[in-house]
Amino acid sequence: MNIGILLKEGPYNHQAADTAFKFAEAAIKKGHTIDAVFFYNDGVINATKLMDPPQDDRHIADRWKNLCQKHGVQILACVAAAKRRGINDDVLIDCGTITGLGNLTDIAIRNDRLITFGD
Amino acid sequence: MLNTINKSPFANNSFETSSRFFQPGDPILFIEDGVYAVQANNKFSNTLRDILKNNPVYALGPDLNARGISEITAGVKSIGYEGFVELVEDHQVNSWL
Amino acid sequence: MEEFEDDEIVKKIMHVMREAPHGTIYTYEGLEMILIMAAYDQDISVAFIDDGVYALKKGQNTEDIEIKGFAKTFGALDGYDVEKLYVDQISLEERGLNEDDLVVDVEVLNSAEIGKLMAEQDLVVHH
Repeated sequence: MNIGILLKEGPYNHQAADTAFKFAEAAIKKGHTIDAVFFYNDGVINATKLMDPPQDDRHIADRWKNLCQKHGVQILACVAAAKRRGINDDVLIDCGTITGLGNLTDIAIRNDRLITFGD
Repeated sequence: MLNTINKSPFANNSFETSSRFFQPGDPILFIEDGVYAVQANNKFSNTLRDILKNNPVYALGPDLNARGISEITAGVKSIGYEGFVELVEDHQVNSWL
Repeated sequence: MEEFEDDEIVKKIMHVMREAPHGTIYTYEGLEMILIMAAYDQDISVAFIDDGVYALKKGQNTEDIEIKGFAKTFGALDGYDVEKLYVDQISLEERGLNEDDLVVDVEVLNSAEIGKLMAEQDLVVHH
């Protein structure tokens, strides 16, 4: 099954980014394809490589980068939401892409599921 | 349709509101702070028992464990992330935020 | 080519507004998403539930808080071919509002009716 994920909340402040990641990991393990994780609202803050949590904490940006590099999951941040919040190509995690809501619409159309995580 | 609820019912009305829209047979999955709804003997236990007559109810085990909830309302099933994925295989998802 | 194929699929997409309009950005950015999706010829509907109904309230003036108002855009959604606007009756009544208090013509439906519509959707997105 092909699955898209819409993540509407930033990292750490809310558990949404963690649940979305754990879900994606479990879905991939079961043989599903995660087509894309699309960041919206404060979710775009997931896309910054400037993130630098303490060593003993999970590194949420690295999780997304790894999903992209190892499993071909597109990691996408909405351009309008990103611009509002100071996220641009200069701070974007490797393998991530800043894109438009039209791309989210395509993801919604072509996948069997689009699952929202947020606050 | 799978309904997920991620808010504590003590702090937010998403459980109360969403329950007005459940269709018979729709699975309900509590995640994140939503899992506080299913702790045994809380004020939502009776509501859950009514819902369980028409809907299967699940809670995400890792979220229960994280919050120290060991006893849950009878009939509610604890599932892992794989179980979450299996529910998504069978249903479209309505994530109540 | 892939985009061409996408164009032939029409999905039923319901956007659910459940937050009040200005205290958080969810309703406003939700509206931006609706406007883009509407351009893709999908079968779009919007349901206003709980504090979401406040997004449609007449007489909003955001000038002094310097946040862009958008009630008028909700009022103009039919211009974007988004004509299915559903308002949850209980949410409206609980807030002491009625249809005349809203900036746009909507269908006021009971929970069972909205629940049935939700069940028919390919996708439900909450904002």
